[in-house]
Amino acid sequence: MDLDFTETQDILKNTAREFMTRYYPKSLVRELEEDATGFREDIWKEAANLGWLGWIIPEEYGGVGGDFMDTIVLFEEMGRACFMLPFFSTVICTLPILNGGSEEQKREFLPKIAQGDLIFSLALTEPSATYEASGINVRAAADSNGYVLNGTKLFIHDAQVAHYFLCVTRTETDETKPENGVTLFIVDAKSPGIIISPLDTIADDKQNEVIFKDVRVPGECILGQLNQGFPLVKRLLDQAAIAKCAEMMGGADWVVENCLSYAVERVQYGKPIGSYGIIQSHLTEMWAETNIAKRFTYYAAWLVDQGLPCCKEVSMAKAWASDVYRRCTRMGVQIFGAIGTTREHDVGLYYRRARQAGLLFGDPDYHRERVAREMGL
Amino acid sequence: MDFRLTPEQETLKKEFEDFFAEEAKRAPEGWTGRTAAAADSDENWAYHRSVAEKLAQKGWLSLPWPKEYGGREHSYLEQLIFNEVRAYHGVPGVDNGPYIVAPSIIEHGSKELKQKWLPKMARAEITWCQGWSEPNAGSDLASLTTRAVEDGDDFVINGQKIWTTGAHRADHIFFLARTDPSAPKHKGITYFISEIDKPGITIRPLLFINRKRKYNEVFFDNFRVPKKNVVGQVNQGWYVTMAGINFERSTVGAIADLRREFRWLIEFCKGTNRNNRPLAKDPLIRSKLAQLAIEIDTVRQWAYYVSWLQSKGQNVPAESSVSKWFSSELAVRFANTAVEIMGLYGTLRQKSKYAMIQGKFEDLCQYSLGLTIAAGTTEIMKNIVARMKLKLPR
Repeated sequence: MDLDFTETQDILKNTAREFMTRYYPKSLVRELEEDATGFREDIWKEAANLGWLGWIIPEEYGGVGGDFMDTIVLFEEMGRACFMLPFFSTVICTLPILNGGSEEQKREFLPKIAQGDLIFSLALTEPSATYEASGINVRAAADSNGYVLNGTKLFIHDAQVAHYFLCVTRTETDETKPENGVTLFIVDAKSPGIIISPLDTIADDKQNEVIFKDVRVPGECILGQLNQGFPLVKRLLDQAAIAKCAEMMGGADWVVENCLSYAVERVQYGKPIGSYGIIQSHLTEMWAETNIAKRFTYYAAWLVDQGLPCCKEVSMAKAWASDVYRRCTRMGVQIFGAIGTTREHDVGLYYRRARQAGLLFGDPDYHRERVAREMGL
Repeated sequence: MDFRLTPEQETLKKEFEDFFAEEAKRAPEGWTGRTAAAADSDENWAYHRSVAEKLAQKGWLSLPWPKEYGGREHSYLEQLIFNEVRAYHGVPGVDNGPYIVAPSIIEHGSKELKQKWLPKMARAEITWCQGWSEPNAGSDLASLTTRAVEDGDDFVINGQKIWTTGAHRADHIFFLARTDPSAPKHKGITYFISEIDKPGITIRPLLFINRKRKYNEVFFDNFRVPKKNVVGQVNQGWYVTMAGINFERSTVGAIADLRREFRWLIEFCKGTNRNNRPLAKDPLIRSKLAQLAIEIDTVRQWAYYVSWLQSKGQNVPAESSVSKWFSSELAVRFANTAVEIMGLYGTLRQKSKYAMIQGKFEDLCQYSLGLTIAAGTTEIMKNIVARMKLKLPR
């Protein structure tokens, strides 16, 4: 047993912390929240230079050749900094290319992703707002030159800046088994017929409606097997859920640390509020729950990384971390008091993100049901 | 990171598994699997003692002790495995002796004390109850007032202890008494060990909420303890209680108890129909069960983490307090959720004609109340985290 980060992971964490402090102050978070693209080219290039975008890409494709487990520390630091650039989107789309892409696709996309030249966006969810296979209804119909995509994708992060979509489509209808007939396409975002409209969300996290109207895609853009794309999606969802847990725990860390320092500074009735038992009780709960969730996230991430069965543990991690982050940020606002409820206070950035992140890649109820199924109930 | 056990640890685990799975089959009727229920009835006590003797024969009561005292110097993770496997199978056999009294003697006791007492504990020849709490010294244990006054070769003890689990079964008591009332409260306390069957001691039952006899009040009235039975220095008893640095503190056993009991609840939900379908198919019940599974597994991973920190040489007062706090609070929530899921049947007592799962959750609903109080209340656990980890001001 070894429950420590590796030396590489420690270095990665420190570098990321320094990077965020230097290039990514909260003033920039606020600026990007109001900005239509939410993007800054210089910071993106800097992240690419540090190797983050190619971290999980093997060296032969121009990457660093690191593990998924390594990226957990990056996601934590990004959550802590409220990092909005499309790192998350691009990395989770990289995973299925690694897992199921053809040699040509790998050679075509991976080096450019590692260089920071390509931004990917995952076009998975639809107006049904579910992560189940039954929710995939955007049609890809075969014609003589390839496929024609029609339908609406909804809640699509970073579509506004993406060069490519990883679009999950239905190529065949199997009423009894919706997992069959799902096909993944790598779609050029400039293809005629794609209409992108921004959604205004609680987290200002750049989600979009993406309409595909007679979008023509060549057959070689299929990622993995025709009609058999769902296993790739399933693995991606597990990895994305865990990455989201890490991001949430990084945010929770910020909230706990900042509430602690505020509780020591803020004086009422002649004493720091952190000396009152009731505030201490809130803070110890926030600290304990966050750290328990963090340790379980590492456990689930390790299972994922090892390729071991992890469906139940991923769902446990996501359900628990989502609940914990929501409680932690809600109590965080309470500890800061009235100032915490203002737009100008930083704790609000985390409160709003917790509401969003808890629902992405499966909300706690969805994951509890998955745990129940995995337990054989 | 690597969450795997080594092949040697797996082998050890298998050895423990085989033994405890077999011992679990010998449990008397009505045995709940909770170790502290050993004192509840003659049958339970006999079971507890017979397992203790077998553990002694295998040398398993002294696994964490130094080799010079007959131990095997088990690492924290090896102890974790033992504690988890034993608790998971709901097998008793280990009392306060090897895990609370022994470390104090090993770290602070005289050569004579070590030679006299440690072998008896390793051989399961003696049993212990703990005389720490008093009516006015609970969480604030150091304010205890039981007096010990020197008289020749003895100390003479006067005062009262309370919540003394199993005092009516044990043949020995380890306790704290005040030897210097003028010193600051932590600095005037002495740690004693003694046989219990002697003049000057009265033991009265204090029935637990479930009617069972677990607790007692213990009255000392000119009770004499030889000076040679002082562990450590006179007036240094508070610091003697802190012994046990080489013992794992993850509370993993408390979580293993829940894992065993959770299995019963799952089987019940799969096998019981309500409204023409198994309870396990009801979405509300599935959600409750999944939430319990999540809380059990997350706290279990935390316990492993605590052990891991210890194995790196870290002192873990805050982390182990979190384990104790979460596992005990979870036990209360779990028992109450189980009874709620079982509905009216859940409240039937053990020997009722219609009782289900042998009334075990009716019992646990009450038994678990002690868990969030004994050995440091949840509030005290939070205080430890607040002070030692979060460095919050007083």
